[in-house]
Amino acid sequence: MARGGEFVSAVPAAAAIPLWLVAELTYKCPLHCPFCSNPVDFDANRSELTTAEWCRVLREARAQGAVQLGLTGGEPLGRPDLEQIVAEARGLGYYTNLITSGVGLSEPRIRALKQAGLDHIQLSFQDSTRELNDFLSSTRTFELKRRTAALIKDHGFPMVMNCVIHRLNIDHVGRIIDLALEIGAQYLELANTQFYGWAHLNRDHLIPSRDQLNRAEAVVARYRQKIGDGLKILYVISDYYETRPKRCMNGWGTTFIVVTPDGTALPCHAARILPGMKFPSVRDTSVGELWRHSEAFKRFRGDAWMPEPCRSCPERSKDLGGCRCQAFLLTGDAEATDPVCDKAPQHGRVLDIIRSARGPESAAPLLFRSPENSQRLTAAAVRQEGLTRNTQTGP
Amino acid sequence: MAKSMPTSREAIPRIARLYRFQWEAAQNAYVLLFPEGMVNLNITAGEILRRCNDQDSVARIIADLEKAFESDAIGPDIEAFLQSATQNGWIEWREAVSS
Repeated sequence: MARGGEFVSAVPAAAAIPLWLVAELTYKCPLHCPFCSNPVDFDANRSELTTAEWCRVLREARAQGAVQLGLTGGEPLGRPDLEQIVAEARGLGYYTNLITSGVGLSEPRIRALKQAGLDHIQLSFQDSTRELNDFLSSTRTFELKRRTAALIKDHGFPMVMNCVIHRLNIDHVGRIIDLALEIGAQYLELANTQFYGWAHLNRDHLIPSRDQLNRAEAVVARYRQKIGDGLKILYVISDYYETRPKRCMNGWGTTFIVVTPDGTALPCHAARILPGMKFPSVRDTSVGELWRHSEAFKRFRGDAWMPEPCRSCPERSKDLGGCRCQAFLLTGDAEATDPVCDKAPQHGRVLDIIRSARGPESAAPLLFRSPENSQRLTAAAVRQEGLTRNTQTGP
Repeated sequence: MAKSMPTSREAIPRIARLYRFQWEAAQNAYVLLFPEGMVNLNITAGEILRRCNDQDSVARIIADLEKAFESDAIGPDIEAFLQSATQNGWIEWREAVSS
């Protein structure tokens, strides 16, 4: 879900406050979506923070001004102490958002969460049809999700329906909006896939064609006009088809702190892929200390780090050079101008990727997010790294 | 069709169910919180919404703010803000809202 939230009036970077705490409570998930934004090596991350540690992180971040709390994962319902964490957060004054697949949200649990003070539930669907929803998640969960939506409404929670959009479901956008209307969601988030983590591995399958994108945008515009206030549709654009990059996470170290299941603090979900970075852990550094003083959070804050063409660009404070993870994945250099920008020397890479994407005819099979695939890919990456190191130290 | 506020000054506003209104010391401001978002309010907006408490009518809110800000000409500005707050869905009304 790498995306900025909605801030009508953001606080200027000079007074940067970590307004938004993203708590990835666990990487365990019953779903196996091939576009998951979790790291490919998630299965190696098994030392989860305890309830007491999470409660301390919540207190420390709140003291720094954090006010929005995203409880996510993996599947946060996989934590049996979720209710305790919600109660602590609500008591501290957070607005608490549960971001869930719906799997595990039973009647007793939703009642307990209501009692704990949970403010809102974001429920994911993978498609408007049972067939594709169940294929993409590698589970039989479509009917369960519909029942869960009814449960969320019955308990009076505001509900956001989220659907990640890509080549395989983008032509169903109209029916996905119909589904959101049918289940009574207040917001629908149509999030075009951003290519990190598993989505990056499966990019060739997932990237939509420009025709598909144009058609989908026309459908969204038509629905917006027709349905008015009843359902607010947030359409998250597809980076690769833009000519300017997005201001990633509202700017590095300006608004967001992501805490991973093992307590690593990151400026964005994907940042751990960046080479040569040492990210602090909430286990040994307080949130205030790591936000203000850690090298990692200072690394790309503001615009002093920028090389050309960003450095002399009149738009540099608007997009802050785009996304560091995307720059690294596409160019191998974390400092490079985000190649999504058509002023970037390597913009051609993005155009090539769009042109050569073959979707279902891709030679490589679709890789589902599973512990087995994670272990296999992690082992392969370690072997590859060893090989590279041997080559570098060779004669 | 966009919602609009009732015409009577006896109508009573409250913060809409989807939103939470609270003081944030770190931002030195009132904010409206909603699913995955936040509206950062300026002083006047905060003072008006603070009074949308499901008890006080528009007339009372205006009278109270005129006293607080020592001005008797802000009624139309307050009503204009309440109108846009209604359209944004931030507040709801005790009497039926025309649409």
